[in-house]
Amino acid sequence: MKTRWWNKPLFWPLAALGILFLLNLLLKPEFFAIRYQSGHLYGSLIDILNFGSPLAIVAVGMTLVIATRGIDLSVGSLVAIAGAMACLTISRGNDQQSLGLVLSAVLLALAVSVVLGLWNGLLVAGAGIQPIIATLILMVAGRGIAQLITSGQIITVTSKPYNYIGAGWLLTLPFSVYLVAAVFLFAAWMTRRTSLGMFIESIGCNPTASRLAGIRSRSILLAVYMFCALCAGIAGLITSSNVSSADGNNAGLWIELDAILAVVIGGTSLAGGRFSLAGTLVGALLIQTLTTTIYMLGVPPEITLVVKAIVVMAVCLIQSPSFRRSVARGLPRRPIASRQEVSGHG
Amino acid sequence: MVDRKYIPLLVTIGLFILMFLAGSLRYPGFLSAQVFMNLLIDNAFLLIVAVGMTFVILSGGIDLSVGSMVALTTMLSASLISQAGWPPAIVIPLVLAVGTLFGWLMGAIIHYFQIQPFIVTLAGMFLARGLCYVISIDTITINHAFYTKMALSKIRLPGGSFISISVAIALLVVLLAAYLAHFTRFGRNTYAIGGSESSAVLMGLPVARTKMLVYAFSGFCSALGGVVFTFYMLSGYGLHAVGLELDAIAAVVIGGTLLTGGSGYVIGTFFGVLIQGVIQTIITFEGTLSSWWTKMVIGLLLFLFILLQRIFTARSARSRPA
Amino acid sequence: MSENNRPILQMTGIHKRFPGVHALDGVDFRMFAGEVHALMGENGAGKSTLIKMLTGVYAIDEGEVEWEGRPFHPRSPLEAQQAGISTVYQEINLCPNLSVAENIFIGREPRKFGRISWKAMNRAAEALLEERLNVKLDVTRPLESYSVAVQQLVAIARALSISARLLILDEPTSSLDRDEVNRLFEVMRHLKRQGLAILFVTHFLDQVYEVSDRITILRNGRLVGEYRTGELPRVELVQKMIGKDLDVLGSMPKRSAPSAGGQRPFLQAAGLGRKGGVEPFDLSIGGGEIVGLAGLLGSGRTETARLLFGADRADEGKMRIEGRETRLDSPRKAIDRGIAFCSENRKTEGIIEDLTVRENIILALQAHRGWFRTLSRRRQEEIADEYIKALGIRPDDPEQLIRNLSGGNQQKVILARWLLMNPKLLILDEPTRGIDVGAKAEIQKLVLSLSEEGMAVLFISSELEEVIRVSSRVAVLRDRRHVRHLTGDEIRQSTIMQAIAGG
Repeated sequence: MKTRWWNKPLFWPLAALGILFLLNLLLKPEFFAIRYQSGHLYGSLIDILNFGSPLAIVAVGMTLVIATRGIDLSVGSLVAIAGAMACLTISRGNDQQSLGLVLSAVLLALAVSVVLGLWNGLLVAGAGIQPIIATLILMVAGRGIAQLITSGQIITVTSKPYNYIGAGWLLTLPFSVYLVAAVFLFAAWMTRRTSLGMFIESIGCNPTASRLAGIRSRSILLAVYMFCALCAGIAGLITSSNVSSADGNNAGLWIELDAILAVVIGGTSLAGGRFSLAGTLVGALLIQTLTTTIYMLGVPPEITLVVKAIVVMAVCLIQSPSFRRSVARGLPRRPIASRQEVSGHG
Repeated sequence: MVDRKYIPLLVTIGLFILMFLAGSLRYPGFLSAQVFMNLLIDNAFLLIVAVGMTFVILSGGIDLSVGSMVALTTMLSASLISQAGWPPAIVIPLVLAVGTLFGWLMGAIIHYFQIQPFIVTLAGMFLARGLCYVISIDTITINHAFYTKMALSKIRLPGGSFISISVAIALLVVLLAAYLAHFTRFGRNTYAIGGSESSAVLMGLPVARTKMLVYAFSGFCSALGGVVFTFYMLSGYGLHAVGLELDAIAAVVIGGTLLTGGSGYVIGTFFGVLIQGVIQTIITFEGTLSSWWTKMVIGLLLFLFILLQRIFTARSARSRPA
Repeated sequence: MSENNRPILQMTGIHKRFPGVHALDGVDFRMFAGEVHALMGENGAGKSTLIKMLTGVYAIDEGEVEWEGRPFHPRSPLEAQQAGISTVYQEINLCPNLSVAENIFIGREPRKFGRISWKAMNRAAEALLEERLNVKLDVTRPLESYSVAVQQLVAIARALSISARLLILDEPTSSLDRDEVNRLFEVMRHLKRQGLAILFVTHFLDQVYEVSDRITILRNGRLVGEYRTGELPRVELVQKMIGKDLDVLGSMPKRSAPSAGGQRPFLQAAGLGRKGGVEPFDLSIGGGEIVGLAGLLGSGRTETARLLFGADRADEGKMRIEGRETRLDSPRKAIDRGIAFCSENRKTEGIIEDLTVRENIILALQAHRGWFRTLSRRRQEEIADEYIKALGIRPDDPEQLIRNLSGGNQQKVILARWLLMNPKLLILDEPTRGIDVGAKAEIQKLVLSLSEEGMAVLFISSELEEVIRVSSRVAVLRDRRHVRHLTGDEIRQSTIMQAIAGG
């Protein structure tokens, strides 16, 4: 039995994106205008790709964590820490333009991110703490750590090589777009070319059966949280290099919520199991397009929050079986769980 | 021998006393009643919000919208008072009602559609803050005599120190909540649901009503916290109370309440807030450290308490039915 | 035992249908006040369905229910409770974080001037426990600080406080030790004398004979009969439950399975046991042998299998695999040593719902190879096609999501998963449950041919004919204990039944 095209998981997010594009086309045709100037492409579409890249990258990492039935609330803090780490290293160096210095700063920042991801993973897989609770710790403490690194200041650097990460161009497109592609391709390759993807889905869908089938859940969980942190680190480098500075307080603020939203819109369920990296990218694109559309339409950007709230609720309601059932009957029912809780045997 | 269930609470209280003593030893002028009262004055709004959060967490849920609700309350109050000219006697009950209704709605969606509280209150957070900005992007100052009087009010205590009216309100809320938690069926049902929702259903407890009430109460506390916040800040602004939900959750956890639900005391949250205040005060007294150290220390405390909770529950889980 | 001429509960001609299944077919059931009435039956007998209708979880399709002389149609568990019928479940549906007194009275706490009076509640709880159950407890301690056995008593106390006149105890003794069982029975007798009617659902034969006055047996949704305990010999009870007449048995031809032939057994367990699981047992299985585990539901067969697979950790005892002493504390280790376990709970322990048939089949093999050495897509499809054909999995599309398959076909997929591992020891727990007759025979033939090729097999099944047909040795279990070991000619229906019945 083939899945009908409207049942294919990518359909709804793509359709929503299409509707947004249509809306833009009708109201502000210059939305689609792309111009070529001094070797670079410019336009709203390019802006979407560019400004949405940190979110897209964080969301890719978040997808895998959510697929294991977990969540990572600390990515925002990790974004801040990565940027702070890199800027600090560069600012302490002798020659801020030195490529070697920049490379070591980048590697250091990413290494710190991965170690923090390991911390999260150990709390979840080792100590058995609920992911929401475990990552909450780093979410709170992480901001403090970022401030510690920057000594409470906003560290500015003047470094062309560093600036290239977030603001540079490669072959007419912003460099950050290539980073998104690289992260996505890497994740896609790791999960679909190796068995990691299947194991992740298995763990998220049925941890008990996975254990009985011999899957090494612990190491996979560690890997997944480390990768998510790595993604947050890369996103942090992009954001901070874009403004050539590190702000421990505001960098990556609330990006975890946007990332979760992107994953959920993209069709991956919060309950874990089947995931879709492509869907997440569409979700991230959707959120960024939403922001840009609202901006282009002259609507105050703060409305974005209200729209996001509506979208989150809509997506979750559609995913909720109780909601679908009550829509079919026209009334909210007593939640079905109360009947199913009564035990049975034989 | 002390009852095992009070141990987390005693640890929290002990920690607070320890910290206060440490501060007193290190800094001259620390050991004074006024320094203690200032803890309450500066954190009255957090205390009120955290009390509401305590109930939600006791029931096994979480409420991420509290900070945004505080902001929305300030914005609504400011706009109605300064721009529409309404009297506080109408505005204050109105914003309290809005907060309560908002919470009640979230509770209904969480229960009837079986969606995780995390996501629903997350949407609530977006919505409330978004509505703030819909009302106004900039600050709106409150110039009303009533508010100014509230802001400057001092209640003299025997011994020379003073507290603000907000503190009195906060303490009242704490006492009310403690009473609710310990002496009403609503409170006990909350604990029951947090302990095992499926059992609570089978035992015939009014789970739906209790859950909605719990979130409504949290909404009420957020709104009341917002009102107290307006006494403090005399303005409405969309960026007020950003991250307050995390502070509230930290206060609840450090106060000894289990994040998984069913165990904890309102008085614990009281001390959790005090601990946050004392850390902040110590850092201020120290002078050389920036306030961001607070975040790290709180994060560290959070980690320690969560780890302790985990060990605590792992031990008692062994005696639970298979 | 009080003899009332009118039953307190009378259910007549009860029918219940679910899509594709006639769960209860014209069942009569009655209970008398002041009696302990045991309800017995194997898988699919209809016990839980009957109880769920009595407690308002399911609606009755056909039939009459009279409770205390009046027609009774509860629409929810709450209604049944208020009418006087309470259930104490195996999982103790109480709140572990609340105190004993609170668990008894929550929702109905005594109040003074609108506020809960803790003193009154605690006093009432103590009085209730002492007078009705003859039990002394510190009622202010949280429930979770007490053992499961005590928590059960609290659950019973709660039921009594809601004025239960009929108390349903659903498998209350599964996690209790001998002393705790004795205490529970004391309480039950005490309650009986107070006029309570107690419905005792259990698999433990010995206990039924110890404490019950009356026994009702269900089989495949039909009533086999209601008997006074004293008038029903144990072997007859077992017969009626499993459904074979003693005369018809015995003469069934048995395929002789190959013997181990003196080589060292692949696995030797000595004194292996786990509290709450199965009492210490000895078992050895060699290559080419098929060892069957026979016993009633709940007798400890699955628990035995899980210990051998490392799914549960043993509290005591030793295990040797291929001569080397081993401690298996995870399925991963067991799989690495060549053991495979096909669980009976395919829904919770077998299928990965979101994945396809192909992915479910290759899962264990892939986990064994690790994440990097992925089987090529082509190889995966080859494997899937091979096993789909061999086991007759329908529909035969390997890309089908496993959740869309029928239960029996899902079972075949899980079986394929483990057959693919080509293990040295294959543990099969109810491998033919839910599978059509033709396929059952195929699988039995498959198991025999695997053992001929040298595989060791542990075969668990509730269907005695199956066990007899394939096993070269049979271990019989009763009430979580290995009671007898049968070989050769002893492997007959009559001997096995006798061993299960014991007494």
